[in-house]
Amino acid sequence: MLRLAAAVAALLCAAPTMAQVKVAYIDPMTGPFANVGELGLRHFQGVIEKINAAGGVLGGQKLEVIAFDNKGTPQDTIIVLQQALDQGIRIMTQGNGSGAAAALLDAVNKHNARNPGQEVIYLNYAAVDPDLTNSKCSYWHFRFDANTHQKMEAITSYLANQKNVKKLYLINQDYQHGHQVSKYAKDLLAKKRPDVQVVGDDLHPMGKVKDFSPYVAKIRASGADAIITGNWGNDLTLLVKAARDADLNANFYTYYAGGIGTPTAIGAAGVGRVVQVSEGHINMSPNRSLQYALDFKKKYKTDYYYQRINTEMLMLAKAIDQAKSLEPKKVAAALEDMRFEADGGEVWIRKADHQLVMPLYISIFAKVDGTDVKYDVEDTGYGFRTLAVIPAKDLDVPNTCKMERP
Amino acid sequence: MQSALISLLNGVTYGLLLFMLSSGLTLIFSMMGILNFAHAAFYMLGAYFAYQISTYVGFWPGLVFAPLLVGVVGGLVERYGIRKVHRYGHIAELLFTFGLTFLFEEIVKLIWGKATVDYRIPFSLEGSLFTLFNTSFPVYKGFMMLVSVGMLVALYALLTYTRIGLIVRAALSRPEMVEALGHNVPRVFTWTFAGGAAMAGLAGVIGGNAFVTEPGMAAALGPIVFVIVVVGGLGSVVGAFAASLLIGILQTVMVSIDYSVLDIAREIGVKLPPEAALTRLSITQLAPIMPYMLMVLMLIFRPRGLMGARET
Repeated sequence: MLRLAAAVAALLCAAPTMAQVKVAYIDPMTGPFANVGELGLRHFQGVIEKINAAGGVLGGQKLEVIAFDNKGTPQDTIIVLQQALDQGIRIMTQGNGSGAAAALLDAVNKHNARNPGQEVIYLNYAAVDPDLTNSKCSYWHFRFDANTHQKMEAITSYLANQKNVKKLYLINQDYQHGHQVSKYAKDLLAKKRPDVQVVGDDLHPMGKVKDFSPYVAKIRASGADAIITGNWGNDLTLLVKAARDADLNANFYTYYAGGIGTPTAIGAAGVGRVVQVSEGHINMSPNRSLQYALDFKKKYKTDYYYQRINTEMLMLAKAIDQAKSLEPKKVAAALEDMRFEADGGEVWIRKADHQLVMPLYISIFAKVDGTDVKYDVEDTGYGFRTLAVIPAKDLDVPNTCKMERP
Repeated sequence: MQSALISLLNGVTYGLLLFMLSSGLTLIFSMMGILNFAHAAFYMLGAYFAYQISTYVGFWPGLVFAPLLVGVVGGLVERYGIRKVHRYGHIAELLFTFGLTFLFEEIVKLIWGKATVDYRIPFSLEGSLFTLFNTSFPVYKGFMMLVSVGMLVALYALLTYTRIGLIVRAALSRPEMVEALGHNVPRVFTWTFAGGAAMAGLAGVIGGNAFVTEPGMAAALGPIVFVIVVVGGLGSVVGAFAASLLIGILQTVMVSIDYSVLDIAREIGVKLPPEAALTRLSITQLAPIMPYMLMVLMLIFRPRGLMGARET
């Protein structure tokens, strides 16, 4: 009740800001993934506040983010996109779920084809399906997260130097994302470490497995010394907990160990066992965004996790200023080939497929020790320690995009 | 041999876990004929109550008081909700409990927020109980198995050997007669429902820190508990226990088999088209759907379930 009252009070007291540049944030605000959607929204609010405090764009115009609840589904994504269009919003951003992302991309493409002069732009901060910048690539879509291919490139580059890794086990959720993780892992490892034997390649249904012990027993029996998984949420948490219960001493190379709620749920089970690939983390060195992260945590009561959201909005602001226009077509042109000093190092947007190329950090879950692991995540007493940084130039992976330009 | 033993152990553990998760549902479904969709919500409430209590006084008081609190909530739900909609038939009851799930989920989000809460296993139950072929067996799993077996014994004894059990069972099949003998049948039902909710709550207290305590945990519990009840058979606690063990062991063993349907067909001399997607599925991949296949088969060939007293 108190929270509710506080929220209402905040709404009543907040002076209406007359924003001139609106960004539609299309992500789940209700339903099982509402916590993820809420987290993303706070990140957008944080960075927009920073941009506005520094004078906004085009010499004084302010930015504003407006949330549209797509409930995580492709159908609702289309419906709320229409609502955003009706409000005259021309910058869309979305991240959760490749299904919703594909639907949004398709709808944006159609809208732009049918309404010349009224085009909108779609900034993607988390949907990692490589198809979005390959076979489905579009002039109107920009991806600020590393895609599945780039992230696997980073993991396998790291594994290439780990000579003690001899046997690898793949375990993934049985849907498109899991299949892609498995495929890229096998393809890339065969090139970089042909001596590593893939001793298992399991797919399990998403969100249906209560007890991962039988899978862990299988992993143990296979003699694997490293596991790669694209699992997220409870599928990752329960897998890691089962591994801890069975005393399985092999590292889990994951995409989403830092995701909201996961560090809390994994807790001690992940220490020295769970490795993540990400665009950065609070204990990276040097950390240009440390002060921002600390202020963000104080203000929003949550960790600064999505560094890429800051990258996205700051690059957008830069592009608007460079184009001297809010016209998406011109903004998109300014974003192409743009270079930017992001939190984790220099990044750039490839003109060919509109994929951001960035350095990626490989980090391991560890107890806070005051030196390498200075700050924890989610107040757990555990944080991430950098194992390696894979430079951006190594992650400039090939693409098959044949972009149609307006 | 090694892996077979470990599989069997994992299977029994999983089976007992399934029984623990579904026992509250079994009780309510068996004794009142109500398919309680709010079961998962009571399970979630149990976890959150236990988390809240554990932040003040630790895990052990939570283990006792959280299920009692959930039982009180369950009793109130029966007294002021289900009893009212009961006269409109089973569909109304079903829809009512279905709606309750959403209500509880939103309330939980309002009070505890949308993120995962840090509900941990108590320190005294951390660590490993024993080691079998280099695979350690955690104390907490042993504790879960103990509670599960305890629930079975308590429930069975209560229903079979006590006067309360006698009245509860009689009230199910001959409510008018029981009423005529001077028993307050509606109150018996309230107590039964409260008991079922408390058992769901107890499962939540123990499952909440073994898995994850978050608003999505009710949805994550999923339809598996209904499968247990249907396969086990209506009106049979022992049936539900047998079904849990059967599903637990079968599924665990299936996960460990890497052969595809095609390989097995070849072994027994049947030729299948290798290009068909279905034949390329491995047994491992089929394992998670096995309980649902079993339920469908059970409904077709033996609708009363393994040990059911009457048709579902």
